[in-house]
Amino acid sequence: MSKTILGVCVTLTLAGVLVWTGCAKKARRSSAKPAPEFSLKDASGQTVRLADYRGKVVLLDFWATWCGPCKIEIPWFMEFEKEFKDQGFAVLGVSMDEDGWSAIKPYVQNMKMNYRVLLGNDAISTAYGGLDSLPTTLLIDREGGIASTHVGVSMGKEEFKDAIVKLLETTSVSAPVAPRDTVAVLARPGSR
Amino acid sequence: MLAQAPGSAVLSIAPATKLTIQRGATADFAVKAELQPGFHVNSNMPGDDYLIPIRLTWNKDPLEAEQVTYPKPQMEKLSFSPNPISVYTGSFEIGTRFKAPANAMPGMAFMNGKLRYQACNNKECLPPRTVDVRVTLDIQ
Repeated sequence: MSKTILGVCVTLTLAGVLVWTGCAKKARRSSAKPAPEFSLKDASGQTVRLADYRGKVVLLDFWATWCGPCKIEIPWFMEFEKEFKDQGFAVLGVSMDEDGWSAIKPYVQNMKMNYRVLLGNDAISTAYGGLDSLPTTLLIDREGGIASTHVGVSMGKEEFKDAIVKLLETTSVSAPVAPRDTVAVLARPGSR
Repeated sequence: MLAQAPGSAVLSIAPATKLTIQRGATADFAVKAELQPGFHVNSNMPGDDYLIPIRLTWNKDPLEAEQVTYPKPQMEKLSFSPNPISVYTGSFEIGTRFKAPANAMPGMAFMNGKLRYQACNNKECLPPRTVDVRVTLDIQ
């Protein structure tokens, strides 16, 4: 009997902690449209999936070496990567260069790009609506939802930064929020 | 790799007029292009290895394209580049000097080519495009 009471108390305490943590971190369930999943290679040949970044705020930038306006944003994104990477943020640059890595690698070195660059393909172009213009930049929240899409250089550096900070403040990377149904299962009496 | 929505082309090419050429002789032809306001295409020598130059190429027959002549570009200072970029804006013409072989078959024929270009404005770039160019020939 005492074991049962103890079990219930532990369960309720755990549930309480989870609920409190969630509230404290301004937890929410993303109502944003999910960003299409992809699987692309980086310069070292490693496969990168968007799902690998779940729990992080991602700035997904579609660009190309021949795109002049893309060159305006790349230094901003390098700064963001440096400033926010320890707060659960990552920049992914998807190059749409038809010539592949032979065109991309020298450019990346020349620009000293400090974030992960991937080689795009037709599938990702289609999945993200055709990408009629470059740059096209998406901010993706920690739950994989598209928080905003920016076609062309439509936003200044500070506006981008504000949007990133806002998304980073929404939830904390160190304390992922337990979904409500998980809390419900933990809180169910006699579940132990 | 990149899609381009139908009707999103910012460069239009005027319908070609018929080119009359004598066998063994040369004749000049101009591809007339017009860009939407605000857009530019890189010239044939943009001055930056990363930029895609405009390029007009022709099939090998029935005529020989002896020389393709690009117009004088404008040097524009754009926000993304420390140096002026060599571009075309508005209306421009790319000339070609064709030579008809002495043994060319007389009569009506077509000369087919391709124009490759890549357009941008100050804020965005459109994917590179390659469009077909066709000239109706009267070989005499």
